[in-house]
Amino acid sequence: MAAVTPLLLLLLLSSAPSFSSGSRNAYNINGRVKIPQGLGTKGYALPGRMSNVKVLLNGGQNITFLRPDGYFSFHNIPAGTHLIEVSAIGYFFSPVRVDVSARNPGKVQAALTENRKGLSELVLEPLREEQYYEIREPFSIMSLLKSPMGLMVGFMLAVAFLMPKLVENMDPEEMRRAQEEMRSQGVPSLSSLLPGGARN
Amino acid sequence: MAIRSFLILFILFFFSSLNPILSLYEDQVGLVDWHQQYLGKVKQAVFHTHKTGRKRVVVSTEENVVASLDLRQGEIFWRHVLGSNDVIDGIDIALGKYVITLSSGGSILRAWNLPDGQMVWESSLRGPKHSKSLFLVRTNLKIEKDNIVIIFSNGRLNAVSCMDGEVLWEKDFEGESLKVQQVIQPPGSNLIYVVGFASSSLFEMYQINALNGELLKHESAAFSGGFLGEVSPVFSETVVALDSTGLILLTISFQNGKISFHQMPISNLVKDSFGPAKIIPSSVIGIFAIKMNAVTIVIRVKDESKLEVVEKTNHETSISDALSISEGQQAFALVQHASHEIHLRVKLAHNWDDNLLKESVKMDQHRGLVHKVYINNYIRTDKSYGFRALIVMEDHSLLLLQQGEIVWSREDGLASIIDVTTSELPVERDGVSVAKVEHNLFEWLKGHMLKLKGTLMLASPQDIAAIQSMRLKNSEKSKMTRDHNGFRKLLIVLTRAGKLFALHTGDGHIVWSHLLQSLQKSKVCQHPIGLNLYKWQVPHHHAMDENPSVLVIGKCGPSSDAPGALSFVDTYTGKELSSLSLVHSVAQVIPLPYTDSTEQCLHLLIDADKHAHLYPKTPEAISIFEREFSNIYWYSVEDDNGIIKGHALRGKCTGEVADEVCFDTRELWSIVFPSESEKIIATVTRKLNEVVHTQAKVIADQEVMYKYISRNLLFVATVALKGSVEIGSVTPEESWLVAYLIDTVTGRILHQVTHHGSQGPVHAVFSENWVVYHYFNLKAQRYEMSVIEIYDQSRADNKDVWKLVLGKHNLTSPISLYSRPDVITKSQSYFFTHSVKAIAVTSTTKGITSKQLLIGTIGDQVLALDKRFLDPRRTVNPTQAEKEEGIIPLTDPLPIIPQSYVTHALRVEGLRGIITVPAKLESTTLVFAHGVDLFFTQLAPSRTYDSLTDDFNYALLLITIVALLAAIFVTWTLSERKELQENWR
Repeated sequence: MAAVTPLLLLLLLSSAPSFSSGSRNAYNINGRVKIPQGLGTKGYALPGRMSNVKVLLNGGQNITFLRPDGYFSFHNIPAGTHLIEVSAIGYFFSPVRVDVSARNPGKVQAALTENRKGLSELVLEPLREEQYYEIREPFSIMSLLKSPMGLMVGFMLAVAFLMPKLVENMDPEEMRRAQEEMRSQGVPSLSSLLPGGARN
Repeated sequence: MAIRSFLILFILFFFSSLNPILSLYEDQVGLVDWHQQYLGKVKQAVFHTHKTGRKRVVVSTEENVVASLDLRQGEIFWRHVLGSNDVIDGIDIALGKYVITLSSGGSILRAWNLPDGQMVWESSLRGPKHSKSLFLVRTNLKIEKDNIVIIFSNGRLNAVSCMDGEVLWEKDFEGESLKVQQVIQPPGSNLIYVVGFASSSLFEMYQINALNGELLKHESAAFSGGFLGEVSPVFSETVVALDSTGLILLTISFQNGKISFHQMPISNLVKDSFGPAKIIPSSVIGIFAIKMNAVTIVIRVKDESKLEVVEKTNHETSISDALSISEGQQAFALVQHASHEIHLRVKLAHNWDDNLLKESVKMDQHRGLVHKVYINNYIRTDKSYGFRALIVMEDHSLLLLQQGEIVWSREDGLASIIDVTTSELPVERDGVSVAKVEHNLFEWLKGHMLKLKGTLMLASPQDIAAIQSMRLKNSEKSKMTRDHNGFRKLLIVLTRAGKLFALHTGDGHIVWSHLLQSLQKSKVCQHPIGLNLYKWQVPHHHAMDENPSVLVIGKCGPSSDAPGALSFVDTYTGKELSSLSLVHSVAQVIPLPYTDSTEQCLHLLIDADKHAHLYPKTPEAISIFEREFSNIYWYSVEDDNGIIKGHALRGKCTGEVADEVCFDTRELWSIVFPSESEKIIATVTRKLNEVVHTQAKVIADQEVMYKYISRNLLFVATVALKGSVEIGSVTPEESWLVAYLIDTVTGRILHQVTHHGSQGPVHAVFSENWVVYHYFNLKAQRYEMSVIEIYDQSRADNKDVWKLVLGKHNLTSPISLYSRPDVITKSQSYFFTHSVKAIAVTSTTKGITSKQLLIGTIGDQVLALDKRFLDPRRTVNPTQAEKEEGIIPLTDPLPIIPQSYVTHALRVEGLRGIITVPAKLESTTLVFAHGVDLFFTQLAPSRTYDSLTDDFNYALLLITIVALLAAIFVTWTLSERKELQENWR
């Protein structure tokens, strides 16, 4: 059986069957994982990309790895509907439903379960890249201002410079009345609060 | 008015600035999390030191790991974890550049590139029949520049090319009863000998041409005494075996195709022989070892029939495989154990009397005995041979010895954790000295100045590196005392080797480790198995001076009625306080919520005969227990029969030996699932120590729903018998999954739901009043997750405030589980992309913080998923009120946000379990995920709303305060001047 596999792979290269019948209702599933070039270059580097990719059948019942060219195969699989998942750090792969039929071996029946897209051949590509870290925003004056301390200073400044403006717009008579009221109530002014303010 | 609107604006601005930060930045990796990589107990090791360049050792382990290690430091170059049913049978290095692994009962052969671990080729081998015997034979045979590797598996002999994995030739051994014992390939010849036993007394020998698989000779000879166990090859055409009684040694030689037997009773060799012996196979020419009870006897074979005992020892002895060091010379190592030391001897195969090397190495006795030894040689500067030995210890650790010293060691026992618990660290006693504070203050200021520089983008690359290393090497986090936030704890883990480790949560270093006496192989207990860890003594309040301790429960042997063993271990010092060998078995352990005056927790151990045994065995504990006698209920699950039973206590044990702490039990109820249609595949309950903050849930329209919170709820999932097999072999019509919620005191089924066309495996988690479970939907061919929330209707009319004021509510009415609870359930299902290995839920001290599900995916990552995504009240178009409440619009699939992987870009290879422990700080929970790797981190499901984050900039705060003060003084002088002017006017 193993001797036949390379031959099958060649067939697969020419876009033909993904399954090969073996003895006693056991089949092989052959496929390929393709990670497009260009993906994964930005962001963080992925050490040993291809060698850390795992292909899992039916929730870990069988696990296999990729050859340098991205091909993989599962041996001795019974007929039925199977689920293939690809685990690769940095990429999001949709699980793939694969039908291995006993009646017409060699027929490809595969579909992505995430978007129900049918596959004519078992070539698995990542749906998207996964970025595990937040991107740190570059320093900006806004972020400093947005921080609690920045807000505190901003509020101080606003009170110091906007409040007098508000006071200016008031009716002078009203203001005088208010000032008198304040004096009569003995509301301490800022200067009297501070040490040395007791002088006056 | 203007001021008020300004304030509102300000507040809005303030809150919008607190943007939700879901995950961490790349430079925060390692601040609160740590990741450790392990391998498991080494089964086989092959050195690769021939060429210049990096020296490596390739190992395969019992955790199904194949890895390449740096021989200098023991670091992992690369590592692959194979599937759990793809057990590695053998490894070898071929062509000097490929690692060959044979796995899955000899049916899969893979080659990995030695430098980087990339798989090069994979071959599937099949044979005519299933057989246990497996051999991977190292050869130096060459066919046109290609090396071949000879594999015997499943009754077929294969020769495989090392270049591309092609099978060059194959030869079947169809003989019905033939049990192949050895495949021998004499070095320097093109012959292969396959020897084995047929029926019980026939010895068979096949001679095969290694180049083309042609059968050259086939001989067989009968031996009336029969054979026992394994054979050991001593010469290329001679093997040693035992007769069926195990008392007579047989030397079988098949030189020139003629089979001849020579018998030698063991009693002739050893005066005081003790019963049947066992052969320890070795590959050393002319030498083999037998073991009788605890005595190891090394025997040398001279010529054909002459056997000579060269060593007889009571010490545990391990013999390495042969290592050919030069033309025709073979060396091997012998390791013997003597209390605190191990003695390593390296000898030449044909010269027993002289040692090439003799070393004694001091060994920590908590590593146990030496289980395996592998040797490798190097040439010293003076052209003589030096040897290094790789040894595997009883606690599964791996050590490299060279020149009488341990060069490196790996604690690979941590790859197989059975159970985890936590313990607090000691309270800090005396304050630190003043000098230290000052030093710290200066460092502290300097650090914050650097941080400020970083924030303002003024830092040079060196500064950035300094900031990063400063953050990682925060001495605070690995301190050996309790901290205010409860982040520093000890993780107590029990490994399969029967060793207990204490890991510090700060940086993961091993605080202490202890090989438990009760879980060591002894005369009474041949196959001890560790089961569980429980908190035995958690001192607080009045027993503050006591050290906390844990209870380790184990049993002898895998059978259900094997006697149990207990150990009590102090978690501060790691000392075993006491250990007990029990007379009864341990089927179930129930930690009771009662403690005695020394804060020892009461535990009830149920044995296989359904008797309950109380620990600790003190009169005080018994009196506490008798008070609560009628309030103790438990349940048991019999997966095989499909029965769940509820139990209660009846009275003191009758008959047998009068034992104060033994109690009889009675069966209260039982639920029998129809065995022809349903099979229990998962049962889950709430965590015992979970805290629920509020029983009521206020929903959008000011309504109140009361959560049905009971500690006695059990979630059970059953599948149709056909659905209990693996995915791919059933159709949706013949498979269904039923989920039950069962009250374990009354046995009442509170809720039941059937998912047609679904099957297991089911992973579930139960918390508060909800359960979330994960299963496979065959119709949609996708994984699904469902949530069931259970609410108490009987208290639903308590929402009228007037009723509460007038006392007309039923809140004080006694709640009894015997009255039929009036509950309603809400449920919803969603699609989930990945297969799942484990599910856990975050837990916090007071249960106020919202929850996150921690999902261990098939890719060995841990995903944090907010519980709000699994809310049965989600609808496609939530109303405004519902949106305000925080209900997310319904989507079929659950979102997988890469930033919410708590393991970020790491994998916890071979993930088995996720444990969450609350920190003292309400917002934070500690997460520990274990498998072959260990991973620990802190999580804040609703962000750290109750403390400042680590990157809080104190320097900026100081500067702000200074600026404010300056502003105050400026305005003061200004106002003073203005007042003066006004006075002058």
